[in-house]
Amino acid sequence: MNIRISLTVNGESHDLLVPVHKMLLEVLREDLDLIGTKHGCELGECGTCTVLVNGAPVLSCLALPADLQESEVTTVEGLADGGRLHPLQQAFAELGAAQCGYCTPGILLTAKALLADDPIPTRQRIREALAGNLCRCTGYTKILDAVELAALRMTRVPA
Amino acid sequence: MTKRFSVVGQPLPKIDAWGKVTGDTRYADDLVLPRMAFGKLLRSPHAHARITRIDTTRATSVPGVYAVITGADLPRVKFGILPVSQDEEALCTDKVRMVGDAVAAVAAVDEETADRACRLIEVDYEPLPALMSIQESLAHPEVRIHEYGDGPNVHKNVALQFGDVEAAFAAADLVREDVFFYEGNTHLPMEQHAAVAHATPDGKLTLWSSTQTPHYVHRLLAKILDMSAAHIRVIAAPVGGGFGGKLDPFAHEIAACRLSQLIGRPVKIACTREEVFYIHRGRHPVLMWIKTGFTKAGDITGCHLKTWLDGGAYGSYGVASTFYTGVINPVTYKMPVYKFEGARIFTNKPPCGPKRGHGTPQPRFALEVQLDKAAEQLGLDPADMRRRILVEPFTKTANHLTVTTIGLGECIDKVVEASGWRDKHPRYHAAAQSEAGKPLWQPRRRRGIGMACSSYMTGAGTAIYWNSMPHSGVVLRADRSGGVTVLCGATDIGQGSDSILAYLVAEVLGIDPKDVHVHPADTSLTPVDLGSYSSRVTLMCGQAAIQAAERLRAAIFKAVGAKLEVPVDTLAARERKIGAPNDWDRAVDFAKAVELGEAMHGVLAFAGSYAPPKRAGKYKGGGVGPSPCYSYSACVVELSVDEDTGEAELHDVWIAHDIGRALNPLLVEGQVEGSVYMGIGEAVMEAQVFRKHVHKAPSMLEYKSPTTLETPEIHTILVETDDPEGPFGAKEAGQGPLLPVMPAIANAIYQAVGVRVDEIPITPEKVLKGLEAKRQGKPARVGPDRVPLFTFKEPLVVESAFGAPADAIAVRPFADEKI
Repeated sequence: MNIRISLTVNGESHDLLVPVHKMLLEVLREDLDLIGTKHGCELGECGTCTVLVNGAPVLSCLALPADLQESEVTTVEGLADGGRLHPLQQAFAELGAAQCGYCTPGILLTAKALLADDPIPTRQRIREALAGNLCRCTGYTKILDAVELAALRMTRVPA
Repeated sequence: MTKRFSVVGQPLPKIDAWGKVTGDTRYADDLVLPRMAFGKLLRSPHAHARITRIDTTRATSVPGVYAVITGADLPRVKFGILPVSQDEEALCTDKVRMVGDAVAAVAAVDEETADRACRLIEVDYEPLPALMSIQESLAHPEVRIHEYGDGPNVHKNVALQFGDVEAAFAAADLVREDVFFYEGNTHLPMEQHAAVAHATPDGKLTLWSSTQTPHYVHRLLAKILDMSAAHIRVIAAPVGGGFGGKLDPFAHEIAACRLSQLIGRPVKIACTREEVFYIHRGRHPVLMWIKTGFTKAGDITGCHLKTWLDGGAYGSYGVASTFYTGVINPVTYKMPVYKFEGARIFTNKPPCGPKRGHGTPQPRFALEVQLDKAAEQLGLDPADMRRRILVEPFTKTANHLTVTTIGLGECIDKVVEASGWRDKHPRYHAAAQSEAGKPLWQPRRRRGIGMACSSYMTGAGTAIYWNSMPHSGVVLRADRSGGVTVLCGATDIGQGSDSILAYLVAEVLGIDPKDVHVHPADTSLTPVDLGSYSSRVTLMCGQAAIQAAERLRAAIFKAVGAKLEVPVDTLAARERKIGAPNDWDRAVDFAKAVELGEAMHGVLAFAGSYAPPKRAGKYKGGGVGPSPCYSYSACVVELSVDEDTGEAELHDVWIAHDIGRALNPLLVEGQVEGSVYMGIGEAVMEAQVFRKHVHKAPSMLEYKSPTTLETPEIHTILVETDDPEGPFGAKEAGQGPLLPVMPAIANAIYQAVGVRVDEIPITPEKVLKGLEAKRQGKPARVGPDRVPLFTFKEPLVVESAFGAPADAIAVRPFADEKI
């Protein structure tokens, strides 16, 4: 059975007809070609598929679009402002916080939600916010450093 | 003399960092081709069974199903990554040997239909007794998992002896015998394996796959599909984490190829997380017995190591893994006499193989914990003891391995200093002694600090199949735009190998890394690189890239020299210009220099090749272990243990790594930090274990791995030794720094609570068990206390080469070839 859903994804509104059991992750990847959101387990355990729904991190592999009518979804493709990278993206690239890069989209979005809530988080707060996003490459060190750097740049008063 | 660099040594972003932070990077599962079908594998629910019948009729008739195949639809050849272990079938025909063995495959209009059809395939199995441990496999020789090997259920049995160990033990003041067990664990890459195959009507085939070794997959596909390798093209998609888990040819790759050939459409097969746990090829469970003689001063007189590896159901890299449990230990400390016996046993579990450190973390754990025990008995500081017994640079080990530079002494000094070892180690030790009778109401968290060291290869000295060709090749093409294209078969699995190629070429040519385009591994376009394993890529591809860039530079210099009418040997390449430093105003832009070069020579395309020095020991088995150079690491861990829960909380890890030269310190630190993290996971929580015949924890939630909360602050210190074998002096960073972490944690836990857990992982349950034994006045040790009844081969006795001068350094095949 298909269902009609209406979503705003990265600022663009979409009306879609999708099978009722199709998860947000697959809708993003298959119906909207937003392949930046990744599969890690399909069971809500690894955080790789994290997107923002109305600003809050959500595991898209467990989210049914039917529950998200009229919601605003942000994926990694929606982080940059046109050609200008989000400070988190810039910091992750500069500090080597993305190695294989597979967990990176989910971590960037979780970090974005954190910084919206707490613009200058402590390192411990960053650890707590990212505890649901597994990364097997970095040992998290450069990721924590990059979130700190982005927070610093985002809160610095422009000269 | 200090070398001056412009690109090397800079903390530059990786060249693919931008694609990774924007979500643009296309991994194998992100590829979508027109008319693409989706495939699924049907896997065995039995650990050991004969297949008596497969009926695909019902599955084939499902609407939307394009094809269903079984082993009968593939050529009847067995394959395996090592020539000596050709024991796998993509789809099993007669017998399954583990839960998860593939028996059939479906291609359909979508994944759901393929999945539904898989469930309609009827397979009749006649179950056979399943052997789930080393002990069971040895106890039941009448049940044969394979018909080949060194005995019933024995895949490999090796014994090597270098010098007289018994005499060495007789000369020792202290001889220790210890038994250790290291549980298996898995890579757990964030990306599940995926492949897309596209067979075309001209009889050709392209495979995109998340593989660490497109070259070996290319070779083996030709054999498996019985077609010419010239008609197969393997393209390595960016790999979302490998760690050794994507180094074999896999059933899903082969099935996708065959299905595509049959249905005339591209076919994608993406594995589920549960399937990835069964694909495995991860860390071998290893039982170890180690006997070492020490003098009062802490010198090692000799060492005898026995290892039993639980290999799982197939050979995979297992013969190499078996040797690796023995051959690398002598590279760290002076070990004049050495004997090694090892055996790999088949069991009905997913096959083990190469995980980060390949076969060496297990014996490293045994050796470093034993050293700690010996230091305590001898009244020596564990750091000082290690410091005085380091291998001499540019000498050979007992087992004939040539060691070049060794920066371990400096590494030890640096971590001792940074961690406050001199203060903390005696202080925590004294506290542990004096607080022995602390009353129950006082906080029962105790601090400990522990140390361990290690060494690892920078690239295996021999290829997987015997040949005299380069291990790595690079073709460089200079463009009139001033851009340079690197074609190289290296596979970037996140470690940054593509970036390293760009940095090295930019360094030699005096251009910006941004001017360098690195083409991903593609067997139809890029020269062979053997693969991303054994920490070989930076060194081997790096040397090939430098050679190609130097040849290109020589051609350009010749043209610029003619134009400027100055001798070629006065020219320099920097700041995107070529010119004479004493007349830099007349220097020509690099793009212009390329035009001059092309006008003089024609198309500017140059090749570079690298093969490691031929240093295999002159004895059977001497091919495993040699490497152009070895990296070294020293690690100190500080933690506290809760005596009520047995839980160890890690506070800080200090690690110093002899990197030779940090081509990009940011990437080296990333490799070191990732290694430390993975070592922590292995040390305290990760375990690939089985309940009855099935995986006990085949999901990300049940298989525990460290999150941000369990990963402590990691303090990385880089030590540079400028090794003559490495590209601009560089050694490896991706595997070595994992090795000392597990024993350093074990040693710290012992210092904190006086419990020796001689077994990995060191879980809270085991610590509590040790504390309980301690309370009852029993030995506070948890770990194996017996070894299997097993007869090793008569050892091959070879004279120890300990202390002999190193073989010739920096001798490179292909260095003088004129192109």
